[in-house]
Amino acid sequence: METRYLPYILILPVTLFLCLFFLYPFVLVAQQAFWTDSGWSMQNFRDVTGHWKFPISLKNTLYLAAIVVPVQLVLALLMATMVRNMKKGRDLVLYVWTIPLGISDLAAGIIWLAIFEQSGFLNSMLSGLGVVDKPINLLTYQNPGIVFIAIALAEIWRATAIMLVILVAGIGLIPKEYYEAAEVFGASPWKRFTRITLPLLRPSLSTALVIRVILAFEVFAVVQAIGGTLFPVLMSETFNYQFELLNSGAAAAVALIILAISIAFTVLILRLLRVPKGATI
Amino acid sequence: MTTVATDTPMTDPRKAGRYVYAAGVFLLCAWVIVPLYFLLINTLSSPEAVNAFPKSFVPEFDLGSLTFFAGFAGMLTALKNSILVAVLTMILSIAVGAPAGYALSRFDFRGKEVFRMLILLTRAFPLPLLALPLAVMFIRTGLDDTIFGLALVHTTLAMPFAVLITFSLFSGIPLELEEAAWTLGCTRLTAFTKVVLPLILPGITASAIFAFVISWNEVFAAAVLTIENRTLTAFLLTNLDTSPLHLKFAGGFILVVPALIFIFAVRKYLFAMWGIANR
Amino acid sequence: MAEIEIRNVAKRFGDYQALHDINLTVADQEFMVLLGASGCGKTTLLRIIAGLETATEGEVWIGGKRVDHLAPKDRGIAMVFQNYAVFPHLTVFENIGFGLRMQKLPNDEVKQRVERTATLMHIEQLLKRYSGELSGGQRQRVAVARALAMEPDVILMDEPLSNLDALLRMEMRAELKGVLAESKTTAIYVTHDQVEAMSMADRISVMHQGKIVQAASPIEVYRNPSAVFVAGFIGNPPMNFLSATPAGDGKWQVAGNVIDGPHAKGPLQFAIRPEDMSPSESGLTATAKVVEPLGAHLLVTCEVDGKIFRAVLDSDLTVKTGDVLTLAPQADRVRWFNPETTLAVA
Repeated sequence: METRYLPYILILPVTLFLCLFFLYPFVLVAQQAFWTDSGWSMQNFRDVTGHWKFPISLKNTLYLAAIVVPVQLVLALLMATMVRNMKKGRDLVLYVWTIPLGISDLAAGIIWLAIFEQSGFLNSMLSGLGVVDKPINLLTYQNPGIVFIAIALAEIWRATAIMLVILVAGIGLIPKEYYEAAEVFGASPWKRFTRITLPLLRPSLSTALVIRVILAFEVFAVVQAIGGTLFPVLMSETFNYQFELLNSGAAAAVALIILAISIAFTVLILRLLRVPKGATI
Repeated sequence: MTTVATDTPMTDPRKAGRYVYAAGVFLLCAWVIVPLYFLLINTLSSPEAVNAFPKSFVPEFDLGSLTFFAGFAGMLTALKNSILVAVLTMILSIAVGAPAGYALSRFDFRGKEVFRMLILLTRAFPLPLLALPLAVMFIRTGLDDTIFGLALVHTTLAMPFAVLITFSLFSGIPLELEEAAWTLGCTRLTAFTKVVLPLILPGITASAIFAFVISWNEVFAAAVLTIENRTLTAFLLTNLDTSPLHLKFAGGFILVVPALIFIFAVRKYLFAMWGIANR
Repeated sequence: MAEIEIRNVAKRFGDYQALHDINLTVADQEFMVLLGASGCGKTTLLRIIAGLETATEGEVWIGGKRVDHLAPKDRGIAMVFQNYAVFPHLTVFENIGFGLRMQKLPNDEVKQRVERTATLMHIEQLLKRYSGELSGGQRQRVAVARALAMEPDVILMDEPLSNLDALLRMEMRAELKGVLAESKTTAIYVTHDQVEAMSMADRISVMHQGKIVQAASPIEVYRNPSAVFVAGFIGNPPMNFLSATPAGDGKWQVAGNVIDGPHAKGPLQFAIRPEDMSPSESGLTATAKVVEPLGAHLLVTCEVDGKIFRAVLDSDLTVKTGDVLTLAPQADRVRWFNPETTLAVA
């Protein structure tokens, strides 16, 4: 009967869409990356990784992720536990905390540029407090540390919200009785957090981390807005190869490297936070 | 003295704890709001004030920067393009994604798990990267540098979310309601339009808005795929090193405003959506 | 006029056989109850009749028309669901009138029929409300009214009272029976509650493991269960069973007594309902283990021949734990079963 085919008809548009705009371009990227004038080769990868900027942009990307993601995780967990017990104003606080969710990385970069640029608010504050007598240019070659901090702060500011939303939703799924039971058995708030919240939150934690880590490797516009060319990352290299150097083979190779790192970390996170069968809520 | 000392220790640490808690909540709110406030100051100040030093910490309510933004060549077109692409993305992703969400929630079919995995997989992919080969493909098909072409790519970005969110929304409507409609004279289609659709509409709107925001904020693919018909994000990005500060800030502000409104509009659904999508 | 006929219906879900070769005829205006424990296939059978599920094999006929290839809307049925399925986005009025609107009846007829059925179900004062503002019992009434407003040939009910509290259930039971008798509709009613089945049905079909074990009037099912399963499932406390060995010429040896029985090859199972026994000079020797005074009766759980054996006795009797009773079974109420086939032996 028709109902047997109905589900397939319903998923057909999505499937076609994904084949056309996901699988097909993916094949094309791979093809571009491995194809040079002389045929199939790893030449593009050798070129890309051999370039002097590659180690720097790889290091920058990884450092940034290594600092930003753990800070966001802790912050998001803290915020999620804070709203859990909140009675008054929970909705308002959650709204404020999730605002950055709707803000693009470019806008976030511009917002933090307003703080860190030479005539920006940080300099204004410092001079107001008498720490500096004239505005200093913070975002320069001389201050790579400050550039890094500014970018990290913008990233933390912007993208903690996505983790927060996932974790708040996850915590909402944990029945209150577990906490009450633990309290009756004498568990302190900290023990309740480490023994109940964290283990039962594993599925949400892994979703949040996977999404966040992938986004961290894709970091681009924030960096572009604040650091410009001062702070090369993998994604900006891709962009440069494509537009400045018009070398789409190299751009594709960097893209595949980003992809490989993303997949490696996704697998790692899913492994580490795997929930044994039957131990779900 | 002694009575006070013996009475208070029971309540004091708790009270202190509550103050720390309230202060923490307040600080975290400030952490989100203060940078936004700075952007607001810059936007509502004259171009001269934006480039001056030291900065004032209150806006002077001068529309100079915004008028400059509006008058800047190509900026309003870019804004219009952004809105068009986002609206198209919103319509496409719901129109294409919702049927799949319905299929996932209502049917058991061979290949269902594979399909779900494919959807989840796309979510775990750095999708903007795929804009690179699409640029070539679009040139061949004449979709390059068009609103529609970019909307297609943004739809791919928004699709996994649209499918998973509508999946969870449909799962929240008991099948029994649809069955009741069938026994009362409805076909599958009329039962859907008369019973399921009215119940699900607010949720659909929320996920449509979510798709809008995804497209509105997307930078990389927009910059790669458009040249003449830049969206706002692409325009701002490609002019970052040449445009004056007040233009950047006004542009950033325009980017942020819809986000504020949209997050407010969908706040009720944000958590429910993720709660089910995680399972 | 609608007779329902189910011919050789079978249903498989993958490897699981939910229904085996079901044959059942429900007469016009009959109230048929499908009774069984959860997972016995009764709801699946009802859903196949409704058209919400497709049978793997077999035919469904309603009112002399084969319907198993038709959509639910074309079968002339109405259904009441376990969780009521009252549409939350519509008022009570629009819920009851939903099916009529789908038939594109004129407004004033819809209004008239909605009001009539609402009055019948005593919910005429709720017509403007939404489902969220109704109690469980009121929602139940809306669901029934919605089905009745369709004036269907057949009304199908899937455990409609199971979500109500005990008192409300009893009240609705009587009311539903009256309303349905008046509407002259053929009804199929699924339940796991034997009291509901006994009190409402014209006929009961007892189902077990995807088969109809017995289809008969309530009193017949109670008095003459056709199989051990029916005997054990219906009646509370359940029927007592003891093994019987042949003692020749229609006589059977049961727990040291010789009792008249059928002329059959042994061994058999002797069965008697707890209320069909009385203390007497001769009979089964029973040691009282637990004594429960229930007001109207005295329920005594004893041991006979090393087996649990229950007796419902007059509440005037004084029985203590450890007392040894002699219980005489009422001869015309004794039933016999073949332990191999588990079927009744005449």
